[in-house]
Amino acid sequence: MATITIDKVSRWFGNVVAVNDISMAIGPGITGLLGPNGAGKSTLIHMMSGFLAPSTGTVTLDGAPIWRNQQVYRQIGLVPERESMYDYLTGWEFVLANAELHGLADPGAAARRALGLVEMEYAQDRKTGTYSKGMKQRVKMASALVHDPAVLLLDEPFNGMDPRQRLQLMELLRRFGADGRTVLFSSHILEEVEQLARHIEVVVAGRHAASGDFRKIRRLMTDRPHRYLVRSSDDRRLAAALIADGSTAGIEVDERERALRIQAVNFQGFTTLLPRVARQAGIRLYTVAPADESLESVFSYLVSA
Amino acid sequence: MNPTVARLTLRGLLGRRRGALLLVVPALLLLVSALASGSSGNEHDLTVKILGQLGLGTLVPILGLVVGTGVIATEIDDGSIVYLLAKPLPRWQIVTTKLAVAIGTTWVFAAVPTLLAGLLLYGTKDGVALGYTVATLIAGAAYSALFLLLGVVTRHAVVAGLGYALVWESLVGNFVAGARTLSVQQWGRSVAEAVAGDAAIGADVSFGVAVPLLLVVTVAATVLASVKLAGLTLAGEE
Repeated sequence: MATITIDKVSRWFGNVVAVNDISMAIGPGITGLLGPNGAGKSTLIHMMSGFLAPSTGTVTLDGAPIWRNQQVYRQIGLVPERESMYDYLTGWEFVLANAELHGLADPGAAARRALGLVEMEYAQDRKTGTYSKGMKQRVKMASALVHDPAVLLLDEPFNGMDPRQRLQLMELLRRFGADGRTVLFSSHILEEVEQLARHIEVVVAGRHAASGDFRKIRRLMTDRPHRYLVRSSDDRRLAAALIADGSTAGIEVDERERALRIQAVNFQGFTTLLPRVARQAGIRLYTVAPADESLESVFSYLVSA
Repeated sequence: MNPTVARLTLRGLLGRRRGALLLVVPALLLLVSALASGSSGNEHDLTVKILGQLGLGTLVPILGLVVGTGVIATEIDDGSIVYLLAKPLPRWQIVTTKLAVAIGTTWVFAAVPTLLAGLLLYGTKDGVALGYTVATLIAGAAYSALFLLLGVVTRHAVVAGLGYALVWESLVGNFVAGARTLSVQQWGRSVAEAVAGDAAIGADVSFGVAVPLLLVVTVAATVLASVKLAGLTLAGEE
């Protein structure tokens, strides 16, 4: 059982604040670190893996500082985002070298076991430079698992993987989580995170936006006010009919765009209400477009919440 | 020394195109020596010119730069150093192992050809060949340590190294006598002069000053590289 504790951590680069006063504890099981690109996820993972010092605050593993403490690597396995990994070595040589560097008693056996876990024995004699993205990711996993670590940190592990590779990796991570290991992975895709992680930490613009069960995060994301742009055969009559219902919070008639800007309170309610009202009033709908569905806007809503 | 680090470093250094690049230096030195040994003229002057200016003055620092940065800067650049650093290994062990590989490579590709070139040009007379060989061994070690340090502290190690070797040692050193006191090349010459007992080699730094400076630079660069590597930051890629 191992816990990484991030306590009041900030990190800035010159004038840019990458991580702003974040506190969180990552315990056994799978945790998803979710946020848009550039939110500070990698900065956090770099600090958790000892490759970056926090500007203020502390990052510890079971109470021991991680920065400038090589002994933590006996417990941490790191799967970095970058792909370069001595491409002149074969998969076997690469994983074996990692086992040797850990000073394991039987590096050969450890390398065999790790390659078996990620099901890469079939390609272990090929140079890693010839691997596909998914294969590289799995060999990187094997190198991180070779010393049977209690903590596994993965920076954007699903990037560039095809759906089948994605499922395989998810299955593997699920097994580690079920073993009681502490698994943390970052991603900018909500669906990916909620498929895998029971616990989610959301980071937006360097700040800790939300934390908790994936259902809670999902609710936060779907229950926020949604904005739609609607064009119809009779905008004003449609507006009048819609405002009578509780799931609509506000409607603006945009004369220049010749459209309605509608703010819905309840996502589910509004999407069933709109076509029903239009049909009853005999109004044709030409355009129904979500005005703020980008992930960034969803995240920024979470920050302000 | 860590055998795994040594193995990875050596394969990275000698594999691919860099291995071929390393061969250029000894080939050039031997080729020039072979051509020159056929010509008439003052053999002694010629030998001092080729081994001193071409060898110790130009090829040794360039080789030291390619090797010293090659053993670590490439891995830091492409991020694969993470696999060495995310291990419970003392950082000084990584640095000393890589330094040993760099020094060994420099010796094979610079000191051995220097000895051969010296024998070809001037035989064993006056100990000139031996003097330059010892100088190359020692200067090669100092350059390796210095350029390895540059590889750890800056992402522009090759540029900084070229700046030191070409601008400081060669250009500034040519015009400003004081600059020669702080020059690995001059310390090397001083060693060559002392070993060969030959004033014609023309060292500007006395042996008693050169040896301590060589030691200090090599040891200090190694210690500093270890400290810097322990605090290596992977930053700002987002």
